[in-house]
Order: sequence, then structure tokens, then C-alpha cells
Amino acid sequence: MASRKESGVSSSNTLDSPVKQIQIEGLVVLKIIKHYQEEGQGSEVVQGVLLGLVVEDRLEITNCFPFPQHTEEDADFDEVQYQMEMMRSLRHVNIDHLHVGWYQSTFYGSFVSRALLDSQFSYQHAIEESVVLIYDPIKTAQGSLSLKAYRLTPKLMEICKEKDFSAEGLKKAAVGYENMFEEVPIVIKNSHLISVLLWELEEKSTVPSKHELLSLSSSSHLEKSLQMLMDRVDDMSQDIVKFNTFSRNTSKQQQQKHQYIQRRQQENTQRQSRGEPPLPEEDISKMFKPPQPPPRMDTLLIAGQINTYCQTVKEFTSQNLGKLFMAEALQGHNS
Amino acid sequence: ENYLYCIYSSKHPYNMNLVTIHFNNLIKKMVFCISIYDVKGVDILRRDFLWKNMAVYGPVVKIHPVVLASIADSYERRNEGATRVIGTILGTIDKHSVEITNCFSVPHNESEDEVAVDMEFAKNMYELHKKVSPSEAIVGWYATGFDITEHSVLIHEYYSREAQNPIHLTLDTTLQNGKMNVRAYVSAQMGVPGKTVGVMFTPLTVKHIYYDTERIGIDLLHTTCASPSRTNGLTSDLAQVGTSAARVQDMLTTVLAYIEDVLSGKVIADNSVGRCLMDLLNKVPFIPAEDFESMLNSNINDLLMVTYLTNLAQAQISLNEKLVVL
Repeated sequence: MASRKESGVSSSNTLDSPVKQIQIEGLVVLKIIKHYQEEGQGSEVVQGVLLGLVVEDRLEITNCFPFPQHTEEDADFDEVQYQMEMMRSLRHVNIDHLHVGWYQSTFYGSFVSRALLDSQFSYQHAIEESVVLIYDPIKTAQGSLSLKAYRLTPKLMEICKEKDFSAEGLKKAAVGYENMFEEVPIVIKNSHLISVLLWELEEKSTVPSKHELLSLSSSSHLEKSLQMLMDRVDDMSQDIVKFNTFSRNTSKQQQQKHQYIQRRQQENTQRQSRGEPPLPEEDISKMFKPPQPPPRMDTLLIAGQINTYCQTVKEFTSQNLGKLFMAEALQGHNS
Repeated sequence: ENYLYCIYSSKHPYNMNLVTIHFNNLIKKMVFCISIYDVKGVDILRRDFLWKNMAVYGPVVKIHPVVLASIADSYERRNEGATRVIGTILGTIDKHSVEITNCFSVPHNESEDEVAVDMEFAKNMYELHKKVSPSEAIVGWYATGFDITEHSVLIHEYYSREAQNPIHLTLDTTLQNGKMNVRAYVSAQMGVPGKTVGVMFTPLTVKHIYYDTERIGIDLLHTTCASPSRTNGLTSDLAQVGTSAARVQDMLTTVLAYIEDVLSGKVIADNSVGRCLMDLLNKVPFIPAEDFESMLNSNINDLLMVTYLTNLAQAQISLNEKLVVL
């Protein structure tokens, strides 16, 4: 089962999407890290815009700038204006001013939400190749940079375009939670000058390189992730209950309609036998209002979120198993 | 231009500083720019020693790597014909130190006679940046290149209006002497009182500081230096543990080689290193075998259970998916 899920994510990369690989400059990575570190401690999410260009089937991201937080005080803050001004200024200093996507930080991996979907859809609609970069600061602090790039699959794009989120619409497009987002592989590339700079820093740095990755004490992180997973599963089960009641209601209604029609026919035949005019056919659909089908999109999003949680937890456990075996080897050597 | 060379003697043991004073006729401003030049032929080690021993009468400058990367990037994107780029640096000021956390480049034109800086642009950008991080203030300006030129003095004057005691940062992108040096200066007045006053740039100590996450990011970026195409993909979970383990293994091999050398007498034993090694060995905790076994097993069991549960959850949602679509 697990391997099928993995292959599901990777096979969607072979869909004919315009972007097969993402190339990021080191500068962008540093800027994203710094932005979260300085401004993101309190609230959950920091966002920003990615700039770059498209080369063949690669998307090169060469710079980025952060978005200010939404606060209550500046209600008249014009986001669009900020963006336009920033891009105009950057153009003066020869920085690529092509919008190619946006980035967002996430809290323990919970980023599959309606807001993200809407934003990414509007981006991808305007610019074919845009991506959303998800940066996980907590996972990064544990030892390895966690940066993932996602795009909406073409199927999901179609659905969003038509705004048809009902069950039939989703069935028609055959979109499952696996096919919502496709992950694009990332490659980091640095210019020669930056490489020289990195070597210099390496020589001069007084802070030793971090070995957080090999630390064994990470159970709190696991607890938190599982907590979020459980919350989502609860949401999911509520949704399922709603759906079940809905389907039960529809079937009950169908039955009622049937009975009503039968009774009508019986009465009509009776009246005919008595020679009276038949009762007018009433509009059945007005009498029995069909129950509202529950929105399917939310369920889909929740399923997608659960999926991402499961993936991250599994990655985490596999890492920890490796580390435990290493510790065992070390101990065995000792005794 | 007239150059006046004079030998400036100080109490330093290395009395080999040469101080050059530029006297700029064209601008007709009695501004003296003094920069401390190294004697040609002084070897690099002595220069570094001089640098470290020079006046540190000023705040310590702490730089984040993102600032340096930004400067290098804007140097690469400079306009044709420009030999250097300048820009503003933002940060926070402490009692004894200045922490530089951000920067942006400012378009400017420089020629023999004059220098023009787009100040409107600088103001605008600062306003925009303030919207994102209100705590960052202008602490100075940067320039790429090796020297401090006369134009730098003028630009420095402009920046003294924006910030108190601005810091001038230089990043040597021309790679003189094969190194990319980062230097920071603060301006000080000098000269005979009553007569024309000059400006001197005194060097400050520069420290590189990192947030934890920045450190991890830099480590990852550093791996791109090794590959020929200067690229590196982001590896996943177990592979990362593998690379980390390989690194530790390398370090252990070096340590072992050193120990072998000492034992065979090739290298003189150093007591402090020996003490460090002792600490290292003591760090592996001595736990009786059964206790460790039970700890290990319980941890492994926890992880396996979690894996099982997540697989179950994934199976559940895919099943739900299929049922709903029926």
C-alpha cells in the first residue's frame, strides 16, 4: 500500500506539465529562511513572492521578496501596490522581475487548505508555470532543509476553472486526493562567485556545523505531528458522517417519491373508474426538495492533508529507525 | 591629483603602515580621504595580523550570510560599465554591536569626476522593506571592491544623514589576493583642529553569525560547491541520515589517523587534544546491555507502531475515496 502511494506521487511528474524541474539559487533559500526566522515566530504563516524565469522545461528562481503580515491596523494596505512597487524597483537594479510563484511557511506540514488552493489556482491561471514553495522551518531546524515545490495538476485546474465542486464534477474529472498536487523536484544551483563566498564563510565561521540531524531526542516532534494527524482524521470522520446522512436522506427521499407517485396513480385509476377527472400531476420536485449534497472539495482537501501528514511521519520514522540502529552499533562496540 | 606619502609611526611593533593622503583638486572640496594601504610586498600573514591588531574602537559588526549573498548577486547583475555596486544595509544596533540582517542595492553612476546616487530609490526601497520588518533600520551602506575611493567619502556623508555613525561595508568581489574579504569601517574625524578636517575610515571587527536554520541552509548550499555543475538536489529522509553518518565516519577516520601517528611517534602528543579525545570517549554513555536493549526495543516498537498507524490512515482515506466515487 505504502509503495503504491509513493509511486502515485512520482508518476504524476510524468504528466505533460510545462515545468519538470525547479532550479533555485542559494540566495533565495537564505532569504526564505531569514524571513521566517525574523518575522514568523508568532503567527503561523509567512508568505512571499518568487521571481525568476523559465528556461526550456526548467523553472529558475533567482530572487524573492517577502510579503508583510496582514495586520488589523493597516486595513487599507494595498497588497497589489506593494507588489508593483517592489517589482518596479527591483527591475532598476537588474533583478528578474518575472513573477513565477510564491512561497509559504508551514506549521508541521499543514498546508493543504482552501486558501492555498485558491491562491495557487489564481497564480497558475495567470502564469502557466508558477509553483508554490512550501518551507517547513521546524523540520529544517531538525537537521535538513525542508523545501518542497507543488503545482496543481491540470485536472484540478479544470475543476477550479469551472468552479464545479460537487460530487459529480469531481467524479467526472476523476480527481483523487493523490492527484491534487504534483511535486516538482528541486535543484539548488549557485554561481561561481557565490561558491567563492561559501568557501570563505566556511573558513571563517566560528559556529560549527550543526549535527542536529543525528540527534535521537525527537519524540516531541513526533507527538505534535501525530496530534495534528488525529485532528484531521476527526474532521474527516465528521465529514464522512455528514456524507452518510446525506446519502441516507437521498435514498429515503427517493422512496418517498416513489410511494407518492404510486399513490397518485392508484388514486387516478380509482377516479377514472368512478368517472371523475384525474387529479392534476403536481410537480414532484417542488414537493420533495432534495437535500443539499455536502461539499466534496473539503473532504478532498482533508484527505490530501492527511496524506501529507502520513508522508512526513513516515519519513520521520524511517530516519529515526536508522539513527537507532546506528546508536545500537555504537553501543555494541562499547560493551 | 597629488599624492602625499608620509610614514606614520605608531606604537605598534610593526611600524610599516603607509598612509596615503589623496588631495583631490577637481572637486575643490577640502576632503581628505585616508585609507590604510598595505606596503606592496608585505606578506599576507603579516597583513592579517596587522588587521586584527588595529583599532577596534567601535562596535563589533555581525553579518548574516544572506547579506553577503545578496551583495554578490547584485554585483553579478551590475550594469554594463559599472565597476562596483553600492547599496544600503539594514539591521539592528545594540550597545556594543551592530547586527546586519538585510540589504538592498541602489543604482548609482560613478565616473572620474562625479558620483550620482539615486536617493529617491533608496528611500522608496527602505519604506517597502520597513513594511515587512519594522524593526530593521538603516545602519550604513555597502560597496563591492577592494579600495575606499574618494567617492566613498561623499556617499558616506549622505548616509550619515540617514543613520547615526553609519557603517561602511566592503565585499571584495574582485578577489584581490585570491580571497573575498569582508571589511567594515566607521568614519572618524581627523586633522589639526582649526584647520581643514579630514575623514578617516577605521576598521572594525567582523563576525559572521547564523541562525540555526541558516547554518543548516549554508551547509546544504556548501555541498553544491563540490559538484562540477554546481548543483545539488534535495535528498530525502534516510539518504540524509546516510550522508550525516558518512561525515561522522570521515571525522572518526581523521581522529584515528592522528592517534596512530601519535602512538608511532610521528607526531608529538598534545595534552589538550588528548583531553578532548577523552571527553569524546566518555560521551558515549555506558549503559548495561539489558537496559539498552530494552530501551532500543521500546523505541523501535514505538516507531513501527506509528508507521503502521499512518499506513492504516492512508489506506482508510483511499478506501473512502473509492467508496464515495461509486
